[in-house]
Amino acid sequence: MKIVVCVKQVPDTTEVRIDPATGTLIRDGVPSIINPDDRAALETALVLKDTTGATVAVLSMGPPQAEAVLREALAMGADEAILVSDRRFGGSDTWATSLTLASALRRLQADLVLCGRQAIDGDTAQVGPQVAEHLGLPLVSYVGSLRPEGDRHLIVKRMFEDGHHVLRVQMPCLLTILKDMNTPRYMSAPGIFEAFQRPITTWTLDDLDVDPSQIGLKGSPTRVKKSYTKGTKSAGKVYEVDPREGARIIVENLREKFII
Amino acid sequence: MTDHLDAPHQLLLQMLRDFVETEVRPKAKAVDEEERFPEETVRQMARYGLMGIPFPKEYGGAGGDNLAYTLAVEELSKACGTTGVILSAHTSLCAAPIYEHGTEAQKQKHLVPLAKGEKLGAFALTEPAAGTDAAGQQTTAERRGDTYVLNGSKIFITNAGYADTYIVMAMTDKAKGTRGISAFIVEKGTPGFRIGKKEEKMGIRGSATCELIFEEAAIPAENLLGKEGGGFGVAMKTLDGGRIGIAAQALGIAQGAIDATVAYVKERKQFGKPLSAFQNTQFQLADMQVRTDAARLLVYRAARRKDARLPYSVEAAAAKLFASETAMEVTTKAVQLHGGYGYTREYPVERMMRDAKITEIYEGTSEVQRMVVSAAMLR
Ligand SMILES: Cc1cc2nc3c(=O)[nH]c(=O)nc-3n(C[C@H](O)[C@H](O)[C@H](O)COP(=O)(O)OP(=O)(O)OC[C@H]3O[C@@H](n4cnc5c(N)ncnc54)[C@H](O)[C@@H]3O)c2cc1C
Ligand SMILES: Cc1cc2nc3c(=O)[nH]c(=O)nc-3n(C[C@H](O)[C@H](O)[C@H](O)COP(=O)(O)OP(=O)(O)OC[C@H]3O[C@@H](n4cnc5c(N)ncnc54)[C@H](O)[C@@H]3O)c2cc1C
Repeated sequence: MKIVVCVKQVPDTTEVRIDPATGTLIRDGVPSIINPDDRAALETALVLKDTTGATVAVLSMGPPQAEAVLREALAMGADEAILVSDRRFGGSDTWATSLTLASALRRLQADLVLCGRQAIDGDTAQVGPQVAEHLGLPLVSYVGSLRPEGDRHLIVKRMFEDGHHVLRVQMPCLLTILKDMNTPRYMSAPGIFEAFQRPITTWTLDDLDVDPSQIGLKGSPTRVKKSYTKGTKSAGKVYEVDPREGARIIVENLREKFII
Repeated sequence: MTDHLDAPHQLLLQMLRDFVETEVRPKAKAVDEEERFPEETVRQMARYGLMGIPFPKEYGGAGGDNLAYTLAVEELSKACGTTGVILSAHTSLCAAPIYEHGTEAQKQKHLVPLAKGEKLGAFALTEPAAGTDAAGQQTTAERRGDTYVLNGSKIFITNAGYADTYIVMAMTDKAKGTRGISAFIVEKGTPGFRIGKKEEKMGIRGSATCELIFEEAAIPAENLLGKEGGGFGVAMKTLDGGRIGIAAQALGIAQGAIDATVAYVKERKQFGKPLSAFQNTQFQLADMQVRTDAARLLVYRAARRKDARLPYSVEAAAAKLFASETAMEVTTKAVQLHGGYGYTREYPVERMMRDAKITEIYEGTSEVQRMVVSAAMLR
């Protein structure tokens, strides 16, 4: 089985701040990480590698610095890494990104494509499903667990807020994976040193069969109309009281607001 | 302070920090209080290739270098001095001498499982009457046919009981003094070899420190490490490398205490302001950090010289001397800045202060390191 995991390099939003004037992310000095849902997707692939001998490739589209997350993926145990990088891809929205990734995936010919559910910087959850659409692959999103059945099928659990579906899906297919599905392994020390001895394949627009008019900023139909930060509320009231009195005040306030 | 590391070492640091926060720090307090050897952590370290960092892949290692190994001991020791010394004794004192002095067959048989972490290693030089004066070995090894028969005892042996493989020094010819000392690879379970009393210690309390007893313990002659009579040289070279590991342990303990103190002084208020607002606190912290950074540069210098195959024994002694005394000073100040709370077990700094002390004693006391450094100056 050949698995390709799509991973995105994102700013660690637990450390990100928003510029109150422009409403945009301040990315300076913020560490970059593998998007958490993608890391869970990679762990899912690596478990399949451990149990079935599958091979695992990781695919990322991004600037040259995105190489860092691919090295990390190799250090966790991925076999192969492909970076899709070209200035002409700059400014791509989910449509242009998914077309580009779909083209790279056509070259890679995977039995199973795993994406994270969504990226913590954009939060759209669109790229995985769009890639599946471009490739004509069956899609299951919000996957919570999976196991292979024979050579050609997977039994997957699709999670909902209040329940789940168990589905049988035929490969090749694309799944989007939830962060809480597993606890990703650490990189290993040998994996880290090996990761820097392995090549990272880099593809530019010229290596892919995408229409140049469909990519980058000009190929991106999405326009951000407005982005805003929720205004900070008033400081609130501070009571210097003992815990018993504190509990009483909280209950009283909740009652006043008809919350309880 | 880590900006000068290259990309692989930076990535290793990222992995180590993840690992330590999840696997090591939450257990450090119990490991100390219950004098519990952290077996499950050692198993996890083996799974992630941390038990053989500086050895090549063909010998089961991670294919890294001594700098990488130093980073690992430092990061582990920031949270738990016990875990740091387990790795240091295993790697520097047992696996390294086999890698550096062993035959190909010895490497295949003994180094590979050690580097993979399937086996744990220990090193036995110290005896009741031979501490700083390590040349005064009383344990004997007598050649009988295809075996050497060991008699005598060792004390203060780190990892004893949990280790599978022991590097043991013994006299093959008492008449020859240090040239009569030989090194042997002794396996757990050898008839006539047993573990004696376990020490109750001030610090690194989760680390096992025990007596080894040899009574007519016959080991195969092929387990002689290096040449007969070459054991003292093996031991001294091994300790040169080991001192880098202990220096890294001391460095980690010092930095761990600083990190805990920085967090504490921002929280704790007296006289209506956080302790961090007092200039004394600020100046103390600056001195603690600058000293620790200086120690770090000495430790990395020694590791990098070893990696470059340059002589490093004086640099290793200097690193261990300065890092261990820094650890003692910094942890003492950390307790002081915590006030009465720092003296209690509720905060980790009293443990770090107890753990720091041993780094001035084992693998050559600070006095011995001063001898090594000054001897090179006065040569
Ligand atoms: C927790 C722990 C773990 C250990 N692990 C190991 C291990 O794994 N393997 C192993 O072989 N050993 C181990 N040791 C032993 C350790 O290396 C020795 O304790 C150390 O070398 C000091 O020897 P000693 O205890 O006999 O002290 P002594 O040699 O009696 O020294 C006492 C004091 O006298 C000073 N002194 C001695 N000679 C001189 C001199 N000529 N000039 C000036 N001052 C001098 C020393 O510096 C020291 O301050 C361990 C010890 C401990 C406590
Ligand atoms: C074992 C033990 C027994 C004790 N027994 C008693 C007892 O019997 N009765 C009793 O009343 N108390 C007792 N104490 C409390 C003890 O007196 C206090 O711990 C001590 O006064 C320090 O106060 P603190 O712990 O709150 O530290 P803090 O006041 O928080 O001090 C922490 C650090 O900040 C520094 N600092 C604080 N203020 C300043 C400043 N203005 N400028 C510069 N630096 C500053 C301190 O010097 C210290 O280094 C005991 C404590 C212990 C640990």
